[in-house]
Amino acid sequence: MLQIRNLHVNVQGHKILKGLTLTINAGEVHSMMGPNGSGKSTLAQVLAGRDTYEVTEGEVFFEGRNLLELEPDERARAGVFLAFQYPVEIPGVGTAYFLRAAVNALRKHRGEEELDAVDFLEFVKEKMRLVDMDEQLLKRSVNEGFSGGEKKRGEIFQMAVLEPKFAILDETDSGLDIDALKIVADGVNSMRRTDRAFLVITHYQRLLNYIVPDFVHVLVDGRIVKSGGKELAMELEERGYAWADQSIRHAAAAS
Amino acid sequence: MVELVQEKDIYRSAFARLEAESNPVGGSALITLRTQAMARFAELGFPTLRHEDWRYTNVARIAKTEFRSAVDCGVDLDERAIVAETFPEAQFHRLVFVNGFFARDLSSQHGLPKGVQVASLAETLDDDPSWVERHLARYASYQDHAFTALNTALMEDGAFVYVPKGVIVEQPIHLLYVTMPGVEPIVVHPRNLIIADEASQLTIIESYVGLGEGVYFTNAVTEISVGEGAVVDHYKVQRESTQAYHVGTTQLYQRRSSTASSHIISIGGDIVRNDINAVLDGEGCDCTLNGLYVPAGKQHVDNHLRVEHRKPHGNSREHFKGILDDNARGVFTGRIIVHKDAQKTDAKQTNRNLLLSDSASVDTKPQLEILADDVKCTHGATIGQLDKDAMFYLRARGISADAARSLLVFAFASESIAKIKPQPVRSQVQQILLERLPQGDQLQGLS
Ligand SMILES: Nc1ncnc2c1ncn2[C@@H]1O[C@H](COP(=O)(O)OP(=O)(O)O)[C@@H](O)[C@H]1O
Ligand SMILES: [Mg+2]
Repeated sequence: MLQIRNLHVNVQGHKILKGLTLTINAGEVHSMMGPNGSGKSTLAQVLAGRDTYEVTEGEVFFEGRNLLELEPDERARAGVFLAFQYPVEIPGVGTAYFLRAAVNALRKHRGEEELDAVDFLEFVKEKMRLVDMDEQLLKRSVNEGFSGGEKKRGEIFQMAVLEPKFAILDETDSGLDIDALKIVADGVNSMRRTDRAFLVITHYQRLLNYIVPDFVHVLVDGRIVKSGGKELAMELEERGYAWADQSIRHAAAAS
Repeated sequence: MVELVQEKDIYRSAFARLEAESNPVGGSALITLRTQAMARFAELGFPTLRHEDWRYTNVARIAKTEFRSAVDCGVDLDERAIVAETFPEAQFHRLVFVNGFFARDLSSQHGLPKGVQVASLAETLDDDPSWVERHLARYASYQDHAFTALNTALMEDGAFVYVPKGVIVEQPIHLLYVTMPGVEPIVVHPRNLIIADEASQLTIIESYVGLGEGVYFTNAVTEISVGEGAVVDHYKVQRESTQAYHVGTTQLYQRRSSTASSHIISIGGDIVRNDINAVLDGEGCDCTLNGLYVPAGKQHVDNHLRVEHRKPHGNSREHFKGILDDNARGVFTGRIIVHKDAQKTDAKQTNRNLLLSDSASVDTKPQLEILADDVKCTHGATIGQLDKDAMFYLRARGISADAARSLLVFAFASESIAKIKPQPVRSQVQQILLERLPQGDQLQGLS
């Protein structure tokens, strides 16, 4: 589904990603872990198409298409979804309206009929229950005045509504209490399918108790220094990122 | 200098024609008023950029154009085009003026409460010249404002609205000014006098519409006297044609415990200047001045506000928003004067601007003159571009760049539009705005 090869990314002249290679197949859940500043959000934003990040080398293919050539909205319509680490507040734009515009952009792209306000409301109410969102939030402006938890749950809610093929969750767990964390995890788990893939970015192992990944990667200083199965997350929790970084260096030195 | 004399000469001859009328409207009081105003205009001349209140707005093109006074009749008017502007679905009372002249056939009123007058100002002054001395030019001073002086000297007609004590006029009163530009540039000086007596209530909507292209000049003055405890909402929706000049003064005079609001929407025009003045001349007045301006192309829109707190416990709120595209230019000046006696004044002013192009610009400045010591006075101005994070967020959800941009622009405006209380006016403004935005039609139902 997604192939990233030797990806190098600069932000304002600084090298952030330094040759990242990763393949994600349909049906898989990958977790990307790493210390603050290692480049996790950079990867997420580049995949979603943020133009403040400069790709200097490498390539990214999504279902055989060159992802880096697509506009952000084209990527979304192709089925890529990013749950933002910091969801943006948009005063004056109602959540319901915004989501309906997004859903209809998608439906139009797929040649499906657009939903009117009534059909849409019915459709989203079901999704709201999934993440235990208060329906009142639909009437408010996008993310405006939402609590941290509401914003994060809102991202999962949007994911549920837009039904992407590939979803990136950028630290959706950060700042959530255990109950909210479980809700988010349940939302994601209920969406796991053989034709859908996830990249779950997290700073802590905790989330992975609830969303069990197929693969865990450790990102340090713009490079994946270690990859493994779900047990790698446990090991990291015990030994810390320095261990992962060093063990890869030792491995490199030994060979 | 020679040029200046000539500029004023055009208006002198127009004045001479009015003076020579055998049966002047408004009796001797109005003649005296006109004569004084004309003399004042001759002294003041048109303002230049050296004039503090006109530093950012160059009216040389207005001053240099040889406008003819509009004449009644002789214009082919498409009634249907006008009807479309009258909120036909609504039950508004309305006065229509075509090229400045009262169009009785297009005007209508129904079931006005007893004692309420909604009529042509010229006719009213003709019937009862005492209105002149009691009210006309008592609120909008022509001493320091050349355009107001010119209007006062040359006014032909406009609306007269009187609401007696305690009367509530439920339906808004709509004043529609339609100008049909001709071959030669014409000038119209609409003059409105609105008097709301004690504890009365009314809503006034002024619309300025240009039908067809061509240069013309609207120089309007509206005086609104708000009696003790009265509630007056005023709207001005300015949609002159793209080559038109529009200079207009809205003068609010408020007595004790009155509530007044004015909402100025600027859409059309080439050079546009709105003076919005409020005098809070009684204790516990509440005054709200809202504005929305959306110039594009080479349009120039200047909003000049002056709120004068004369008595204690007054509240004033000014909230102006601008969306500027292409080479458009905006000017906002918000003057707040708090007199020594006006303790416990609470005045708040904001001016927020959204620039959609690198060549659009805004000059915004507050001018506070606070002579009382126990007051709350805040102001804030912002000039910004579309929020890039918000743009990306919308696009990351599959919304196209054009639609995302329109959505954000419309969201910026909608806060101001939401403050328009009469629904037909609100949807009209909303509709006009949506039509200007790419994919705007898809934004229906946003608010
Ligand atoms: N817009 C930006 N401008 C400048 N530096 C940035 C920007 N975004 C990220 N960085 C820098 O890039 C590095 C990686 O950031 P980020 O990808 O957000 O890390 P993570 O998500 O892993 O914490 C950090 O050193 C950060 O300071
Ligand atoms: Mg991050």
